[in-house]
Amino acid sequence: MPEPLIAVAMSGGVDSSAAAAMMKHRGDNIVGLTMQLWNQRRLPDLATDATNGRCCSIDDVYDARYVAQLLGIPYYVVNLEEQFEQSVVKPFVADYLAGRTPVPCTMCNNFIKFDQFLEMAAGVGADKIATGHYARIQQDENGRYQMLRSVDATKDQTYFLFGLTQDMLARTMFPLGGFNKTEVRQMARDLGLPVADKGDSQEICFVPNGDYAGFIEAYLKETGAPLSGLEGEVVTTDGKVIGEHSGVHHYTVGQRRGLGIAAREPLYVIATEPQSKRVVVGSNQDLLTSQLIARDVNWISIPAITEPRRAQVRIRNRHVPAAATLLPTSEPSRIEVQFDEPQRAVTPGQGAVIYDGELVLAGGWIA
Amino acid sequence: MQRYYFDHNATTPIADSVLELFSKYLKDCSGNASSIHYHGQQAKMLLEQARRQVAGLLTASPKEIVFTSGGTEADNLAIFGTMRGNTRRHAVTTTIEHPAVLNAFAQLEQEGFAVTYVPCDSQGTVPVHSIAQALRPDTGLVSVMHANNELGTVQDIAAMADVAHQAGALFHSDGVQAAGKIPIDVTASAVSSGAGLGVDLYAISGHKFHAPKGVGALYVRKGVTLQPLLFGGRHEQGRRAGTENVPALAAMGHAAEIAKKANMSSQLRDHLQRQLAVSIPDIRFNAVDAPRIPNTLNVCFEGIEGESMVISLDLKGFSVSSGAACSSGAVEPSHVLLAIGLTRAQAKASIRFSLGPANDMQQVDNLVEAVAASCAQLRRLSPTYA
Repeated sequence: MPEPLIAVAMSGGVDSSAAAAMMKHRGDNIVGLTMQLWNQRRLPDLATDATNGRCCSIDDVYDARYVAQLLGIPYYVVNLEEQFEQSVVKPFVADYLAGRTPVPCTMCNNFIKFDQFLEMAAGVGADKIATGHYARIQQDENGRYQMLRSVDATKDQTYFLFGLTQDMLARTMFPLGGFNKTEVRQMARDLGLPVADKGDSQEICFVPNGDYAGFIEAYLKETGAPLSGLEGEVVTTDGKVIGEHSGVHHYTVGQRRGLGIAAREPLYVIATEPQSKRVVVGSNQDLLTSQLIARDVNWISIPAITEPRRAQVRIRNRHVPAAATLLPTSEPSRIEVQFDEPQRAVTPGQGAVIYDGELVLAGGWIA
Repeated sequence: MQRYYFDHNATTPIADSVLELFSKYLKDCSGNASSIHYHGQQAKMLLEQARRQVAGLLTASPKEIVFTSGGTEADNLAIFGTMRGNTRRHAVTTTIEHPAVLNAFAQLEQEGFAVTYVPCDSQGTVPVHSIAQALRPDTGLVSVMHANNELGTVQDIAAMADVAHQAGALFHSDGVQAAGKIPIDVTASAVSSGAGLGVDLYAISGHKFHAPKGVGALYVRKGVTLQPLLFGGRHEQGRRAGTENVPALAAMGHAAEIAKKANMSSQLRDHLQRQLAVSIPDIRFNAVDAPRIPNTLNVCFEGIEGESMVISLDLKGFSVSSGAACSSGAVEPSHVLLAIGLTRAQAKASIRFSLGPANDMQQVDNLVEAVAASCAQLRRLSPTYA
């Protein structure tokens, strides 16, 4: 009886390449799959040299294929472009236009990598998938799957993985979760992988140069949506009009740069209001909030709480989880978070990921 | 793992006797066919022998054969060679052509020519009257593929060439998928007997009939003038510059001779079709009511992703294909299947099986068993198959 087949998601980067190599060397029966998610040349207005080295570029597929060939594993590219556009790109654009700041990597994990891709892997005979994410999975004594932060705190990707259900976790492996990045690179070098010194991927894979507003406008233009009428007023917290802006999608809560307004005190975006097309600005002090509501909460390492519980809550990827009390509401998928100390720039559309030390308890979307 | 190859429309394995000659010539025939000395003459002799053999396959005269690097170059030479510099600024082709033809015409459009793309019917057949309707007084070229690579459907080339000629246009046919699978007579003299095509240009590719990759040919009817694509020495009567790849061309000549004698039967393909029909529910055979080359079967497995089926079968040792591979190697829905009226989902759920002489009943039965298992597995997981 051969070892059960495991599909490794290979992006052509160092992490997933090292994950595949590690599994191959320990004797796992693996097949390499690269997801083609977005055509980097699709929006010609955005085409730059930078698009060549990005996710889903021909270069990355070349690298992934090369690594698979070196490892002697079967390898295929699978086209998930349509699903990616539906489940990630469209909601990304819609969120910005609705005054939220989305987390497309989480959307991609929830709807593409740990859903469509998992299904596709099952279809070709692989009951489990493995990815190069920095996170750990374990089972508690009751058989519940738990998620833990990776041992490399600087690379931990659990912020983007809070949507994984028990069924998804049961079929997923994160072979890099117990290593730090330096070890992974060294391992890649030791195994002779040509991608060992390749740069880390940055920011959002389908947005070249990180210019998300430019991406949104190019995408809307391509789909024929009207681009006019996005302009509006910049107002202070007490309603005074102090300037104009070219669209709420240019702004995110906490942003200071790019307001183009001279003021005595530094001004920050406090909120964006798509209905009235207003961008509300104020002082740093105005950005502080002591509580938030998380919606669509997915309970990972523990079942939904029915009593208040102490935890640490992370409100964006680079945020240090802050001590808080979780308060259940009438719905298990909706909780109130009371921070011990006010937090800066709690931003609708971002994830609120709840930790107890290493353990990822749950995660939801900031309402 | 035992491997089975059912993708002969993509390429064919080189035949044993062809390989034997190919290696012999690679080793022994080191001359340049343009040189006047012994070595050159040996090469020239082989080259002209290959030309006679390829002409034989097409029932043409050897002087009408221009050797190229393959089917794509042959198609490009036919299209650009007749249209660039032509006072007639319009061309007609179909929506189901191979990219070697479609993208050549797209380039012509870039260069200021007008191109009409004639659609096919639900059986992949392009009606002759549709071609007739697309003709204009300034139509310089009509290009229609003889057999389609994805469906295997065969067009009524003789009738189309006739209407094109009546309008004063030249007629080119991409014969890459037909050569080696059905008898070909490019001449007009046999049109009345039903065998002749009466075309002005006809492109073929060696590796589709068990010759090495990298060689092909264009039939250019005597009297048709052609602008070259490549400029250089006076090879191929000034129509294709570049030192001829004599060993591979000689191998193609030999393969052409074998193909001319071979009489490909549809028996195995029909067996495959019958077995799939009885083993798997909810499948549809695409464009099977039209005349077809004998080795091709295109099947839609409702509710699955063809891409997953191809991977699943490959992991079991069976090589088949689905759609068209894009530059990354991912699969996009076939423009041909969309052209015969399939939905995107149906096009993506379709698989092409193309058989060759190495396949036998046992292999086909094993294939059907594997396809049935993969299909059942994929349908269990399919959100669209109930």
